[in-house]
Amino acid sequence: MANSVSVNTNSKDLWGGGVEPYKASYGKLMMWFFLISDAFTFSAFLISYGVIRFKHPGYEGTLSDFSFSQTYWPVPEKVFEAFPFFHGVELPLVFVGLMTFILILSSVTMVLAVEAGHRMDRQGVEKWMIWTIIGGLTFLGCQAWEWSHFIHGTDAGSRLLDGSIIYGANLELNQYGPPDFAAFFFFITGFHGFHVFSGVALNFLIFYQATVGILERRGHYEMVEKVGLYWHFVDLVWVFVFTFFYLV
Amino acid sequence: MIEPEVSTIKPQPADKNKIWKIWWVAIILGVVTAAEFFVALQFPESWKDFKIFLFIGMTFIKAGYIVMEFMHLGHEQKSLMWTILLPTAFVVWLLGALFIQADAIYLAIYG
Repeated sequence: MANSVSVNTNSKDLWGGGVEPYKASYGKLMMWFFLISDAFTFSAFLISYGVIRFKHPGYEGTLSDFSFSQTYWPVPEKVFEAFPFFHGVELPLVFVGLMTFILILSSVTMVLAVEAGHRMDRQGVEKWMIWTIIGGLTFLGCQAWEWSHFIHGTDAGSRLLDGSIIYGANLELNQYGPPDFAAFFFFITGFHGFHVFSGVALNFLIFYQATVGILERRGHYEMVEKVGLYWHFVDLVWVFVFTFFYLV
Repeated sequence: MIEPEVSTIKPQPADKNKIWKIWWVAIILGVVTAAEFFVALQFPESWKDFKIFLFIGMTFIKAGYIVMEFMHLGHEQKSLMWTILLPTAFVVWLLGALFIQADAIYLAIYG
């Protein structure tokens, strides 16, 4: 949005102020620096998941003989195989795949909102922002269902070493495998889910500001771009969570 | 309370090529995700390491498209791009350091 700001390009005055470093506005630059620090946080989460997983023995046998046990790390596609309204049907990773598609699509609608903003197309921004918000809320709803299923567990549950049977998961014990497995599930998908939630809140704020004409009076839609960066980052993190938590 | 007002600004027409390019990236992301599924569920279990290699490769393809196209980093100044990309080298270092550590812990317990 450099067209709304006069940029001083005389190299003698570079240190005199009024020059945008990297030709990016202050807000966008700061959003990028925030995102890189957020990326470090998520990297630390995922890498420590890898470390703790490496620390536990892996499952050795074939997938068809797999059963939950406290003595080895579970195979993710055996844990996440439930789908709403298909009780008892094994659909490995289908639900989490659907969630991935929903988040990618809401990222696409966000790009379209940014594009509409560049053209000062207020109706376009409104339309695509509302789709982005719907996508985000759908993802959150899916995640709520997945958490609920994970916490309540399967019908059979799983036998602990002392002979008792546990159903589902909490922060101390879970039917799927070592306690750390559920702890990491809650922390990684929970931290990501909170990012999605705050993303939806920011998207709604921008949608509101576009709708009542605040952004139009300001003369540019750069706020859509800044919040868009955050929203794409949330999608980016999910791409990594999907691979390293659910697929590998 | 701010009253909604009727817009007086006429939006510029959309550039069809630009819109088509956005959907093109979306299709690539969708196809790569579908391919990840195919690898996860159809490739034999014994190809475990190869599957992990494919998953990581496809993840970085997706990440590249999201960061470079959707987040527009590929079209910013090169110096801004590297300012964002180079610090991620620290992540690679952390990965190496902690995985060596994890291996040692595993050996100390089960080795």
